[in-house]
Amino acid sequence: MSRALRKKEVLERLKALGEGVYTQMQRGIFPAVRMASRSVRNIDYDPHLRQYVLGDQKVLRSARNVRHLRPLAQLLWAGHVARSLVSQGKTSTLRDLFYMAQADEVHFKDQAESDNIVTDLETILGYAREDFHVFPEERSSIFGDLTIEYTVPGYEGRRLNLMSHPDGLVIGPTLTSAEFVHCNAKICIVIEKGAMFTRFVEEKAYERFKALLIQTAGQPPRATRRLIRRLNQELGLPVIIFTDGDPWGMHIATVIISGSANAAHLRELATPDAKWCGVYATDIVNYKLPSDPLTELDIKRLYELKKDPRYEGELWKREIDMFLKIRRKAEQEAFSRYGLTYIVDKYLPDKLKELAL
Amino acid sequence: MTGMAVFEEISPADFFYRNRDIAGFSSPSRAIYSTLRELIENSLDACEAVRVLPEVRITLRELRPSPTGAFFYSVRVVDNGSGVPGDKIPQAFGQVLFGSKFRLKQTRGTFGLGGTMAILYGQITTEMPAHIVSSTGDRYIHDYELMIDIQKNKPNVLRYKVHTNRDGWHGTLVEFTMEGDYTRAMPKVLDYLKQTAIVNPYADITFVDPKGRLYVFERTIRKLPSPPKETLPHPYGVDAETLYRLIAMTNTKSLSAFLMEHFHRVGKSLAGKVLERANLDPNRSPKTLTPSEVSDLANVMRSFEDFLPPDASCLSPLGEEILEAGIRKELNPEFVFVTKRKPSAYSGYPFIVEVGIAYGGGIPRTGDIVLYRFANRIPLLYDETSDVSWKVIHNLMDWRYYKVNPAEDPLAIIIHLCSTKIPYKTVGKEFLSDRPEIEREILNGVRLAARNLMLYLMRKRRFEIGKKRFDLYARYLPKIARFSTLLSGHKKEPDIGPLLAKVSSLGLESPGKMKGREGSHEQSPKEEGSS
Repeated sequence: MSRALRKKEVLERLKALGEGVYTQMQRGIFPAVRMASRSVRNIDYDPHLRQYVLGDQKVLRSARNVRHLRPLAQLLWAGHVARSLVSQGKTSTLRDLFYMAQADEVHFKDQAESDNIVTDLETILGYAREDFHVFPEERSSIFGDLTIEYTVPGYEGRRLNLMSHPDGLVIGPTLTSAEFVHCNAKICIVIEKGAMFTRFVEEKAYERFKALLIQTAGQPPRATRRLIRRLNQELGLPVIIFTDGDPWGMHIATVIISGSANAAHLRELATPDAKWCGVYATDIVNYKLPSDPLTELDIKRLYELKKDPRYEGELWKREIDMFLKIRRKAEQEAFSRYGLTYIVDKYLPDKLKELAL
Repeated sequence: MTGMAVFEEISPADFFYRNRDIAGFSSPSRAIYSTLRELIENSLDACEAVRVLPEVRITLRELRPSPTGAFFYSVRVVDNGSGVPGDKIPQAFGQVLFGSKFRLKQTRGTFGLGGTMAILYGQITTEMPAHIVSSTGDRYIHDYELMIDIQKNKPNVLRYKVHTNRDGWHGTLVEFTMEGDYTRAMPKVLDYLKQTAIVNPYADITFVDPKGRLYVFERTIRKLPSPPKETLPHPYGVDAETLYRLIAMTNTKSLSAFLMEHFHRVGKSLAGKVLERANLDPNRSPKTLTPSEVSDLANVMRSFEDFLPPDASCLSPLGEEILEAGIRKELNPEFVFVTKRKPSAYSGYPFIVEVGIAYGGGIPRTGDIVLYRFANRIPLLYDETSDVSWKVIHNLMDWRYYKVNPAEDPLAIIIHLCSTKIPYKTVGKEFLSDRPEIEREILNGVRLAARNLMLYLMRKRRFEIGKKRFDLYARYLPKIARFSTLLSGHKKEPDIGPLLAKVSSLGLESPGKMKGREGSHEQSPKEEGSS
């Protein structure tokens, strides 16, 4: 239902974008498109929404400025592609888009440029690229007792249980747009690394904790963040995030919880109620984990995080200070020193207790 | 005192025989260059004398090696000029003559000897006669074979024939053998021909070299510069020796008449004032002056303030049209600007400076400005760095002001000085001395040319930016139109014509609209304003 509405809305806004430019040209004036500025100065943290949002500043992409010509042409092209994708129920990756441009003689210097135009389009439409069927390369996966029903053309109504493949299933466009039919899981565990995800599957952590396991492979793509949010909001599953014990791992958790500055123009990607469950700096001490010294870059990053409004909670402050105190970091795999099953048998139950889940 | 010095009188021919170095015949390669040069300049003069568009055909054939390690060549030059009357031919080509005229005229020849010196050199090195054929366009063609009697300075006619001139041909053919070294002379000879073509674009010149290679310098303009006229010497250029000679030959009976008759810009009242200042009676016969009175008179004439500067109408500058045509045809540049300066004078000699600047196109990037120097329509090829023009463009010009980088930009400067007397610095007559009056005119000319080049380059840059801008619009507006149409679902694409028109009206002016010559010879307020 809401999916159909979204589609309708996306198509309407795309048409409005084209109509605006068309009318201006028809009247013999240089066409311009207005959109919210994504400059750092226009990004604020909204404590109510618990995510970053864009402020009121606007920018004008105008053909009057010769430097805006190309981005404007690219933007309209991207809009045209989005419209085709949505109306035909097809999908494309960002990489794909970059190459498709060449067929239409729209030139992009590199994929960074085409990715940026896609972000412009998101800003103008107020919808994430997934809503107009553009996805990043797929690298996240999911495993657990959840049955979904596909909505993409050709697969409508077909169902699949996400335990059907032990390597996990790729979180791609078809999965993201699928409906949740039945779920036996009680919790969602998000894991930073593929190796640890495999360990959790092998150790049947999904059974023991009645968990859906999601592997992000570093910073999670938006489709994955969107899925995590849906699991949390639609199914009411608590979400815990298990990352390396360093500032970068902390930030993976934070982006899932509070969103990223890069996506401040978008809503419905953040899962404010998700919880970071480690590896904490205090874990390194308490569990006497094998650790490495923090690099200068790590330390610099920690000081940056200290100033970030997303890190205002008690837990974050405590852990950042502890990292700075012990000056050491540890990977998820560090628990292996206590044997392969320790993490599932001991650490995770301890953590769940600690977080009162 | 053991011996008595023996003095003998020598003929001019003998003098040049003994001093051929200073006449430009110091080596076999230099001799080739000087010979061709003298003959070509003679031919050009002969054509211009009768206002005929010159056609000069030069052939150089190698005959055999010479005992000195060089070669013997046969040189032949044919022109369509005035021709020489039959009875004057032996004298004109078989006798070295000194001008004894007390009149001044802008002439090409470096020594005023014409080709005679070359013929003399040929005779000295090969002991072969010269072959001269000429007609003034009447019914006869005169055909001589002659040698020069060096000691007597007299022509020695070996053979003389008269042919019927059926086609009304006029012109002169000069042919003789000489020792030379063309291989070594070649770069200079070709340089000379090319530069000659720059200042004679109205001439058609062909050259067949000893290897049989044909070089053609085609005529691109059918307009001759106005001919130079004879003029009297100006009092500012007079010295005691000149006065003596004039006094010796004058028919005037009074000093007053003497000054008026033999000098430029001297009328009755000025003559009176000059003589008054020199304390001389205007009615005295010039022949009665004492040496000290002659010397005083010369001094007074040189320092008298009221003479008008010499009239330059006797001069024959190329004019902007001809100079530009010459530069375009030989250098093929992207941009040319030429300017003819106002006439000026130094030491009583009138002169006119013409300056050309050529940029891009066929102008090579040599790491420095290419300088072409001309005096009375002949190229100066040697000792460039000693020339006043060199000083002007290297020491006096601040090229940065004109946004020109001499080390990188393909740039040529062309300087032509015409005068009744060219102020050469040395006997070699290859470079101009830095007379302040001349230096100033050259500098001002180069500045004006540089300013016009700067304007052109600015316009070009602006045009290129505008063009780039327009191209971007022409490329992206159709796409914007197309995709906005697809996106909005309209059937017909919006017309981008009005928008493109708006873009092109914003600073799309072709630099081609600016002609190099339009600057004329003086800075107009318009140019000042736009710079």
